[in-house]
Amino acid sequence: MMIGFYAMIGKKNLVKKVVGMNIFQTSIILYFISIGSKKGGTIPTVEHGHGAAIQAIQYINPLPHVLMLTAIVVMVSTFGVAMALIIMIYRKYRTIEEDEILKLRR
Amino acid sequence: MEVVPSIRPLLAILISGIAAILILLTGEDRKNLREFWTLLAAILKFFVVISMIPTVLSGKVMEYTLLTLSPGIALQWRVDALGLLFATLASALWIATSFYSIGYMRGLQEHKQTRFYFCFALALHGALGVAFASNLLTVFIFYEILTISTFPLVAHKETPEAIAGGRKYLAYLLTSATLILFSIGFTYYLTGTLDFKAGGFLENSASNSLLCVLFITFILGFGTKAALMPMHEWLPTAMGAPTPVSALLHAVAVVKAGVFCVLRVIFYVFGPKLLFDLNLGLLLAYFASFTILASGMLALVQDNLKKRLAFSTINNLAIIILGAALLSPSAITGGIFLIVGHGFMKIALFFVAGAIYVQTHKENVSELDGIGRAMPVTMGTFAIGAMGIAGIPPLVGFISKWYLGLGSLEAHEIIFLFVLILNALLDIAYFFPIIYRSFFKVAQEPLRAGIQEASMFMVVPAALCAVLSFWLGITPNAFVRFFEMALIATKQILKLG
Amino acid sequence: MTTSSYPILIIIVPLMTSFLIPLVGWWRKSFCYPLMIAALSISTFSSFATLNEVIEQGTLHYYLGNWDPPWGIEYVFDHLNAFVAVIVSVISLLIGISSKSMVEREFSQKATYFYCLFLLQVTGLLGIVVTGDAFNLYVFLEIASLAGYALIAIGEDGAPFASFNYMLYGTVGACFYLLGVGYLYILTGSLNMADLARLLPGLYHSKVVLMAFAFFIVGVAIKMALFPVHVWLPDAYTYAPSAVSSLVAPLTTKVGAYVAIRIMYTIFAPSFTKDLVPAATILSWVSASAILFGCILALAQTDLKRMLAYVLVAEVGYIALGIGLANKNGLTGAILHIQNDALMMASLFLAVGVLASKTGLRSIYQFKNIHKKMPITMAIFVVAALSVIGIPPTCGFFSKWYLLLGAIDEHQWLFVAVLLASSLFNAILFFRVIEIVYFSPSEECEHGAGPEGKSLDEAPLSVLIPMILLALGILLLGVLSGKIISTIIQFAIPKGL
Repeated sequence: MMIGFYAMIGKKNLVKKVVGMNIFQTSIILYFISIGSKKGGTIPTVEHGHGAAIQAIQYINPLPHVLMLTAIVVMVSTFGVAMALIIMIYRKYRTIEEDEILKLRR
Repeated sequence: MEVVPSIRPLLAILISGIAAILILLTGEDRKNLREFWTLLAAILKFFVVISMIPTVLSGKVMEYTLLTLSPGIALQWRVDALGLLFATLASALWIATSFYSIGYMRGLQEHKQTRFYFCFALALHGALGVAFASNLLTVFIFYEILTISTFPLVAHKETPEAIAGGRKYLAYLLTSATLILFSIGFTYYLTGTLDFKAGGFLENSASNSLLCVLFITFILGFGTKAALMPMHEWLPTAMGAPTPVSALLHAVAVVKAGVFCVLRVIFYVFGPKLLFDLNLGLLLAYFASFTILASGMLALVQDNLKKRLAFSTINNLAIIILGAALLSPSAITGGIFLIVGHGFMKIALFFVAGAIYVQTHKENVSELDGIGRAMPVTMGTFAIGAMGIAGIPPLVGFISKWYLGLGSLEAHEIIFLFVLILNALLDIAYFFPIIYRSFFKVAQEPLRAGIQEASMFMVVPAALCAVLSFWLGITPNAFVRFFEMALIATKQILKLG
Repeated sequence: MTTSSYPILIIIVPLMTSFLIPLVGWWRKSFCYPLMIAALSISTFSSFATLNEVIEQGTLHYYLGNWDPPWGIEYVFDHLNAFVAVIVSVISLLIGISSKSMVEREFSQKATYFYCLFLLQVTGLLGIVVTGDAFNLYVFLEIASLAGYALIAIGEDGAPFASFNYMLYGTVGACFYLLGVGYLYILTGSLNMADLARLLPGLYHSKVVLMAFAFFIVGVAIKMALFPVHVWLPDAYTYAPSAVSSLVAPLTTKVGAYVAIRIMYTIFAPSFTKDLVPAATILSWVSASAILFGCILALAQTDLKRMLAYVLVAEVGYIALGIGLANKNGLTGAILHIQNDALMMASLFLAVGVLASKTGLRSIYQFKNIHKKMPITMAIFVVAALSVIGIPPTCGFFSKWYLLLGAIDEHQWLFVAVLLASSLFNAILFFRVIEIVYFSPSEECEHGAGPEGKSLDEAPLSVLIPMILLALGILLLGVLSGKIISTIIQFAIPKGL
């Protein structure tokens, strides 16, 4: 997470910033998923046709996975918007380095 | 004290609010209709106000509650003797000023007249709201309406000086407003109520030193609008505005609202007993005396006529506050009655100053030689007003001075009697030369041929106010029984009745 | 579970309509605008109906998909919720109505997509307000933010870059919030706000809870533009097109403040926020600096819109101060200010948007005498400006009054001073503009014809009517604040304060 954070702040190239943002978001997603894991638990899919009672305790927690599906979608849309913005910026300023853009804007 | 519920207080306030909107909508194209709204509103307002006099003089109060603003605080108006006195004065003088403004503004072909009349009407809306308000928050709301609506009036001429004057006005008044807001908030914190109560409601709510600090912040706040020194500087600078505005500021609404609120704080928030125990009355009296003498002396050296009149107003307002601060029956009555007397006398003086300006474009005392012979009615009015301010009988100023003198004896503080006498001498000193020069000296540069009295719109209100000063001096209870209102107010304050 | 369907309509209608609009637009473009207005109207009506039900019956619960909480997602409507939902939907409707002229003028080919994004933004904001599930809030937060990034990027010159910066900040903020939710989930296994509030008190000693709280607060602070993480706001709101800035400016930050109240006082009990962790204290100090910095930085601006953006930063400071004071009066002031600030900012940004688009000018000094061509617009600007300064009877005064009382209750004299001083700073700020516009000499007029060569005239009706409604709201809701507080806000204050 910190690597991503550093990239967002420290790098001048806009694409690198977006990469940093992605790393940042991905780290949080991984963190959530790691929450769900259990020692000795298995993947939370029920095999078809068993019919026997399911013991929830054998499966790892699926809820964080579900939540993170949403978060991944959010991450992808943010990434899409970011790319669109970078294209707009590039069309206008012909550069995607932050310091040059700031100079051009003055 | 019996309470009579009635919508008349709200009606009186709203009349000029509605008139303001009508004026704005009528605009420049139909000038006469626009002036009609002003005059109609002024007359209607006056009649609604005086319709409440019989009830209040019989010892009752009329009340109207609009809605609750906050737990324990309502948007409420209660008409008692003191409030009615101020309201009657303001509405009566608005009639006079409206006629005068028509003559003045058209005589000089001033610009932006719609904005002028709009703000004037709003200012009266604010003034009556202050007069009738029954608690500190309602007072504050209308006090601010008064400040904001008079700002465009002060900066009316739009010259750099006028704009600078407007800025100074706002700076002083808005800063004092924050002090007032703090004082009100703190009072609410201490007592949980903001309703005015004759005799005060702050007793036993906090330590003595805290109450002293609160009193000082209140006085600094409201005293700015009452032009108490050292917060007075905005008033002379505001003299750059057209004369009807100056008349409004000085006699009709603004400073009177300030001094009115100071009286409300002294008598209806703190109360005479509390102030006497804390020795704050005496402290305020000393402060007021300093203002009286300093402004008197400063008036002597002003050459600009309106600025000289401004310092004279500062002087008189401080005398009113002195009367209140002495905390004795006669002094309080004298102070309250001076609100009325000074209103009539000062407005006559300002009307004259404006008339002179319209006719001759002269503003300074040194240029006024011989003008009395060209404009005898005008300068005669000036003479009457000036003598009244100085306290010469049988004009109305004398009654107040007499009562104030009695009051300082009652309070066993002879020094203030000397202050009043010294002040009278100063008054004569800065007014008499004007009267002398205008009538008895020959003009140094030949006056423009054909200078004559200003238009009827201007001369009649001025002369009328001067005549009223004379009449009220002989029979202070003529017409609307001002003096009786002052007496009843005193009784209510001191809980004697 | 409530059987009424109004609660869900608030969210579903704008959401579904935003998906419909691209389809409708493909078929016939002119239907998009009426469709959007219809959706927003239904949403507004539903939110009023919901508020009504909440006032009558108390808190409403709506289970999505009929799944019981804490497994299912529920929408909870208590007084705070319903109130903010009404504010958001009403302002969105008004701004939506006014967006037509700007869209037609600036990018009519992409109008469809604009309306679609507009509705998505509104959906997101409303969703944040009504949800009772912490993760659901994150989803809606991101919907609103993404729509916001896209909308802002449509503007002129520096807009894409400003939006990019906003995106970086906003993503960090939202991710911190998500992290906080994650920590709480580890500890409690629940995502439902009410459930968390029940489970957490036993866990307050845990370091994880503290971490979660810290991440929540910082994340929300970024979204709320609280100093010092407000940096994205000035650029983003200055370069955004006028319809967009008038939508996001009043709403996004206020919804962020709402989230802060939810976190600090609903999910975590007030005792945690006040006593266990000095969060309230820290927040109040940070917001005091926000107020001061916002005002001072605003003074330094010459671009009118940028000045307003900094004023917005100061306003967020007020709300945060109210939250941070953590007492009844302070929180009342904060919630009331959410309403008042939404109204004020909407009118200000609309008015300035009209000015900028009609004249093509940005700097304050170029707007001399523009009130002659656009009197109503400037009048609305003045009313909103008076409200920001805090002059009664506009609504801004009343929220400041409660904040003041809250600060006095806590004996925090420095905050009292900051509140009062900021009013003065705001006065300087806005009167500078008023002076330049209204009081410049009549001949000076730097704006001639508009950029298209048309002569300047008043704003188009689709913008004028919403602005007038907003200004009326500012004037009327002030005196009605007592009623609003007694029916709604006093129930919105969490127990324990």
